[in-house]
This record gives sequence, structure tokens and C-alpha cells, in this order.
Amino acid sequence: MADALLETKSLFKRFGGLVATDNLTIAIRPGEIHALIGPNGAGKSTAVAQLSGQLAPTAGHILFEGRDITRMRMPTRARLGIARSFQITSVLKDFTTLDNVALSVQAHQGHSFRFWKNARKDPTLRDPASLLLNELGLGPRADVITAELSHGEQRQLEIAMALAGDPRVLLLDEPMAGMGPEESTQMVTFLKNLKGSRAMLLVEHDMDAVFALADRITVLVYGRAIATGTPEEIRANAEVRDAYLGADDMVA
Amino acid sequence: MSLDIRSWGVREIFNFLLITILALVPVYSWMSGNTFIITLVTRALVYAIAAMSLNLIMGYGGLVSFGHAMFLGIGGYAAGIMAFHGNTNGLLQFPLAFFVAGLFAMIIGALSLRTRGVYFIMITLAFAQMVYFAGVGLEAYGADDGMTLSRRSRLGPIDLADRNQLYLFCLAVLLFTVWMMGRIVNSRFGMVLRGAKSNETRMLALGFPVFRYRLAAFTMAGAWCGIAGALMANQAAFVSPAMMHWVQSGDLIVIVVMGGINSLFGPVYGALAFIIVEHQLSVWLKDTWQLVFGPMIVLLALFARNGLDDLFKLMGGRKDGRDG
Repeated sequence: MADALLETKSLFKRFGGLVATDNLTIAIRPGEIHALIGPNGAGKSTAVAQLSGQLAPTAGHILFEGRDITRMRMPTRARLGIARSFQITSVLKDFTTLDNVALSVQAHQGHSFRFWKNARKDPTLRDPASLLLNELGLGPRADVITAELSHGEQRQLEIAMALAGDPRVLLLDEPMAGMGPEESTQMVTFLKNLKGSRAMLLVEHDMDAVFALADRITVLVYGRAIATGTPEEIRANAEVRDAYLGADDMVA
Repeated sequence: MSLDIRSWGVREIFNFLLITILALVPVYSWMSGNTFIITLVTRALVYAIAAMSLNLIMGYGGLVSFGHAMFLGIGGYAAGIMAFHGNTNGLLQFPLAFFVAGLFAMIIGALSLRTRGVYFIMITLAFAQMVYFAGVGLEAYGADDGMTLSRRSRLGPIDLADRNQLYLFCLAVLLFTVWMMGRIVNSRFGMVLRGAKSNETRMLALGFPVFRYRLAAFTMAGAWCGIAGALMANQAAFVSPAMMHWVQSGDLIVIVVMGGINSLFGPVYGALAFIIVEHQLSVWLKDTWQLVFGPMIVLLALFARNGLDDLFKLMGGRKDGRDG
């Protein structure tokens, strides 16, 4: 198997007495979808926050293409090619859908100390953004202020913004959160189509989605990884079964 | 403002009328012999330029600076001190005011922008007070009494000692400021600044080092306010620490809010309304004018959050709400 694209080595994150990340070592390989599952409070979002640079770990290392990025700030990581979506929708609410994606495109076109040309009339920003929105089916909503989008549309926009910079790794924090069954199915199809083109870390509660998409799964309980393996291996793992997956879930 | 008249809404028509009226003030003053009006409106224009510079960081950047008047003072003193030493060449005074104010803004911004919200308000206020007391300590330049400028600036053929030339020069600077700010807030830089106001974490996650852009905006706003300060020194032929008193910073915030945050022309309306209402109330009510002015501001804050923007919206003319 190819070397890891993004990995953590013995990562720890403590909040006072609480150990949110406990000796976590995971590796996301190029092109794979690596799912991170676990019960509420297992430290999944904390792990994503550390990978994206939003939170600094207490101890341990984070490597991107073999390079230590543990102390690197979030914007620098984003420009390197580590993009993320947020569990709680985080878009620019008073901008249009197209503005949001265009800003994401802009972030990857060098510095923005450009004071004169109108950014909203700049085809090098607007065209790629429009293209992406059309691919995602959000094209007709391009000129709507994002605060007026439906929840599902906002979730799709989250993904569009993460994708717009053509990232090497996508960190997806519960992309299906709050979606209806139909929207979820659409999202699964969409992520399936993306598969292979870039590596993804998928944090998700929807087990149907996880088992449909993931190449490998890491199970997190109280901040610690209790198992990593293919979906079949995880399904067969007795410890995982005890700690987390109910019998009903396993049918999936 | 688009040049295609057919696309104009209420806002554009008002802006056009405003510019026309402002351009006609010297004509009216000349015909009626009323020279006071030109002095009053010049003052409003200077405040409008200062408020527009504040609007860049406050309206578009979401950074409420409670010390912006310090850059008025710094710019004013830069021009005033040069005049004191006998140099009244505006082509040197104005660039000096610009650069010194910008330098102060860069240093103060680098420290202040590490804080957020109320802390940012407090720290900018603290720095402004420090600069204010530094001004009070300038014994050689009149200390807290300030000093009178022996001569106003000359910029090549333009002599700001002439009331009409000063007025037209301020109006030209104002129009240039509107145009320049319009370019900036709609540029890539402007989008980053406004995006960071809307959702800082998201902008960081997209890959924008927000601090750098905010610092650049803060520096530009300070430098441009320095120009307004040099104009103010010329308008009053006087500089004093009072130019950068915290009340002055508060007035600038009120002007921006009155005119409508997020609107390019807003501060111009705000400054005209502020200066004219302040003047008229003090004429009618003498010493008690603030008793009326204060509650007016409170009512405005309660019922017209977006200042004149709300009025334009009421009139149905909101074509391009965020950028006009």
C-alpha cells in the first residue's frame, strides 16, 4: 500500500482532566476514504480540528506527505491542500452561494492583496466556482444569499467550498448531519463519484453511508482508536461490537 | 454607481443629487454672500472622509475601533508641525500625514488586532488615549491648548487659504475616497475583509490568514484618516489634542452608523446630518443641545439600525444593497 498522505503519530489532546484524543495514530492513504466512527464524545471532531489546524494537540505529531505540520496554522494547511467541512454548517451567510465558492477558489490563487479589480467580475474566480456549483447541482441557487438556502443545500455548499481549492485531502465532519434520507443518498452518490480522486477522512454517524463509502474504518472510543480495518473486519470485530455498534447497526 | 442612468434606483438618484448639491455649495455661498455655510459643509466633508476610512474597517471589516480619531490628530499634527517650522507645502504635508498616521496604525493594529469584540474596542481606545496624552505633552506645540497654523497649505497652484479652493479640494478628496473605497471593498482584498467579518473561522479554514488582511485594512484606514486630519488642520487653521479625544472617535462611529454601515456613501450622509444637526441644535438650544442630540442617536440606534440604508429600502430603491 502507498505511503500515508496525512497521518497522526501518538496524538494527544487534553482539556483539563479530559483526554479527548488518546494516543491516536491513524493514516489516511492517497485516494482512500477513511471513516472515523465512534459514539458521541469519542473525540472525532476534536481529531478533525487538530488535523485541520484549528486546535493544537497537547502532544504527538501530524504529518502531511511525510512533513511535520503539527505547528502549522490552519490557513497554511488549507493552502497546502487540506480542506475541511464543518459539522455545524459554517458558510458566509450574507454572501451568495457563488460568492462563497469563489472565495474558496480565491484562497488558492496566491495572496489576496489585490485592491483594484472587481472580484465579483473576475472570470478566473467566477467560472471555476460556477462549474463546481453546476456539478453539485447547486447551479440554479448560485445567486441566492446562503442564509436563504435549505439546510441540505447549505451542507452541499460546505462540500463545494472544501472542494473548490482542489484539495489533496478532504476532512468531512458529518457531511450528512441533519439531512433527510433523500439528500443523504444524493450525498453518498456524490462522495462515491469523488472517490479515488482525493483522500477523505469521513466522520459520520450514518452507518449506511459509512459502510457504503469507506475503504477503511477507524473506531474511536473515549479518544482512543480501538480498531482500524476494512468495513468487513470492523463488522466482524467483537470489541467494536461491544463498545459501539449495536446488533441492529450491524445488519447494515 | 453605474453610469447607466436607466439602472439607477433611489439610492443612486440620491447620491447623484447629493454630489450635485455639494458641487453647488460654493455657487450658493457666492450668490447669497453666506460664507458660513461653506465653512460648515467643509467641516462635514472632512468628517465624511475620516468616517469613510473608519467604515472600511468597521463597516466592511467588522472591527469597531474606538480610537480612530487618533489618526485625525496624528495627520493634523503632522501638517501642523510642518507649518510651525515654516513648511506649508501641501505636497509634502499631506504625504507626511498619510505615512505617519499609517505607521502608527500599523503598529497599533498589529497589537490591537490580536483581540476581538469588546477587547478590541477597549484596546483601540487605550491607544488613542495614549496618543492623546502624548499630544497634551507636546509643550513645544502648544500642549493641551494646541496651536494655530500661521499659514494654510499650498498644493502647487491650489491655495487652501482660499475658502472656496479649500472646499473644492475637500470635495475632490471626498469623491476620490468614495471611488477608491468602492474599488477596494469589491476587490479580492475587500472580499477577504468582508468574508472575515461574516465568518472568521471559515475564512481561516479556506486558507486566508485573516490577521494580515485586517492589519492591512487597519493601516490603510489609519493612513487615509491622516489625510482627513491634515484637511481638518487646514479647515480650522488649528490643531489641538481635542482632535483625537475619545469623544471625537465616538462621533466618527456615530457618523458611520447614521449613514448606514456597509454603504459607500453612508458616511457622507452621516457626516452631513451629524454636523448640520449638531450646529442647528446648538444654535437653537445653546448649551443644552446635547440633551436632544443624545436621545436622537439612541432612537436611531433602536429603530434605524442601518441608518439611511433603511430609508432607501423603505423607498424601494435597494438595487445593490451591500455595495452601493
